[in-house]
Amino acid sequence: MSVDRSTVVRVAHLARIRVAEEEVDKLQGELNSILGFVEQLAELDVTDVEPLTSVVPISMKKRADVVNDGGIPKKVTANAPLSEDDFFVVPKVVE
Amino acid sequence: MTDLTALTIAEARDALAKKDFTALELTDAYLGAMEKARALNAYVLETPEKARAMAAASDARRAEGRVGPLEGIPLGVKDLYCTEGVRTTACSKILDDFVPPYESTVTSNLWADGAVMLGKLNNDEFAMGSSNETSCFGPVVNPWRRKAADGSIDPTPLVPGGSSGGSSAAVAAHIALGATGTDTGGSIRQPAAFTGTVGIKPTYGRCSRWGIVAFASSLDQAGPFARTVRDAAILLKSFASVDPKDTTSVDLPVPDYEAAVGTSIKGKVIGIPREYRVDGMPAEIETLWSQGIDWLRAAGAEIREISLPHTKYALPAYYIVAPAEASSNLARYDGIRYGLRVTGDDITDTYELTRAAGFGSEVRRRIMIGTYVLSAGYYDAYYVRAQKVRTLIKRDFDLAFQAGVDAVLTPATPSSAFGIGEKSGGDPVEMYLNDIFTVTVNMAGLPGMVVPGGLDAKGLPLGLQLIGRPFEEETLFQVGEVIEQAAGRFTPAKWW
Repeated sequence: MSVDRSTVVRVAHLARIRVAEEEVDKLQGELNSILGFVEQLAELDVTDVEPLTSVVPISMKKRADVVNDGGIPKKVTANAPLSEDDFFVVPKVVE
Repeated sequence: MTDLTALTIAEARDALAKKDFTALELTDAYLGAMEKARALNAYVLETPEKARAMAAASDARRAEGRVGPLEGIPLGVKDLYCTEGVRTTACSKILDDFVPPYESTVTSNLWADGAVMLGKLNNDEFAMGSSNETSCFGPVVNPWRRKAADGSIDPTPLVPGGSSGGSSAAVAAHIALGATGTDTGGSIRQPAAFTGTVGIKPTYGRCSRWGIVAFASSLDQAGPFARTVRDAAILLKSFASVDPKDTTSVDLPVPDYEAAVGTSIKGKVIGIPREYRVDGMPAEIETLWSQGIDWLRAAGAEIREISLPHTKYALPAYYIVAPAEASSNLARYDGIRYGLRVTGDDITDTYELTRAAGFGSEVRRRIMIGTYVLSAGYYDAYYVRAQKVRTLIKRDFDLAFQAGVDAVLTPATPSSAFGIGEKSGGDPVEMYLNDIFTVTVNMAGLPGMVVPGGLDAKGLPLGLQLIGRPFEEETLFQVGEVIEQAAGRFTPAKWW
């Protein structure tokens, strides 16, 4: 399988990465090179093979449903590009 | 006084115990060496004040008789590990000047055991790369240089491997006594091979991933770099822990790895996989591999040829699984809560502009591949198929271990270190092929260690890789020590 120009643009939008018009051709070539490389997996018969979901045979640990952290809004917002009164400030989302 | 930076961790530990010198003197020796080695670009942030304070605190503890397993040992930390109050960037512009308000579990363990932090080490952006050339702080220079045919030294700067290139270069250049690394497809073992250092990727689940910037969560694992097998064993004991904050951290007691170093390997079965003989592999690597086999046989191991038939599919499957997980993990970098923000007309515009400005080209490529293989209509053809292939890769190893194999010996890399810029041009796949021998280990979640085996005709180090059964890192230290004793240790000639 290979990707065309419009797929590159669509995937970039899905990934929320702005791609300039003049970059599309180069990206298309690079993505197709990688997709061409992974194509060899099609040679394998994987009927009746279960997909691997965990490399170690353990069941997911669950922690007790209790509050064990919190009350640190200053720490949480300390690295925000823009914050006010312990809130993150974002561009207007709702009209 | 002799050069304190020449000592191993084990030697420094014993000398500190005998009060031959203080932790502060040892740390100062390293801080001095770091200052002179800035041409290597191994550190992206030196923390001399913190280092001296930690060393002084270590001396104070020792005076009170409180001595941890790493008491006074100065270490470098890969910039993928969050360090409280110390800038952490993953060597990406998108994290900007992020200062974590928390400490990763692994580094917490190291400081609790008495270690001293020298600074943060360079790496490929978000650990995506095999040469440390994708870092937003620029490439790291390998302390090793090639010898020309006439025996003269070629000053062409070489890569230290990646993604943990700052870690490997710092340990090789004696500007850190040990270092932390992370390994998703070979990011500890390949740089160890390129710099003549020892690196181990433990079993998935052995070390906590909490507080380490995530790349591909089902493959990422923390591990140490050191100059000797014994030092790596000492470090791993402190790295490893059971951590309730990482749901994949496994509830198994941490063994005393150092106790395994130097014990007999008589009767151990070492598997030699025929699929690791690849086309175009330099004869020197083949020779080194045979040499390694002879060393282990001479030490009493039983050598057995084995087959791991799905080896060639590990790398293509990896380049589906790893980007898929990365595209999901890196969705968090949106310019809202931390890091860089480029303000656009609306929220989507802000996301897109921020991520375009913040991610480098390799990271962008991998996010896009990951997004594509997870998108509607392609998920089964790519992602599910790759995860099925992963089952087959793991089964190959399971069968070998069930048949009695204790460890597998392979070459670490298909070549020695290459020049900066030599492989970072056109086709991304050319760079990916560096990890052809290491990536299977991550896909199967196994422990893998690289030990220097010798130098090639250009005078550059080559490594041998040992792959073990899950949670049997002790076997790797045992067998690795035999290789180190036979091969010797390798130190680059100082030019910086």
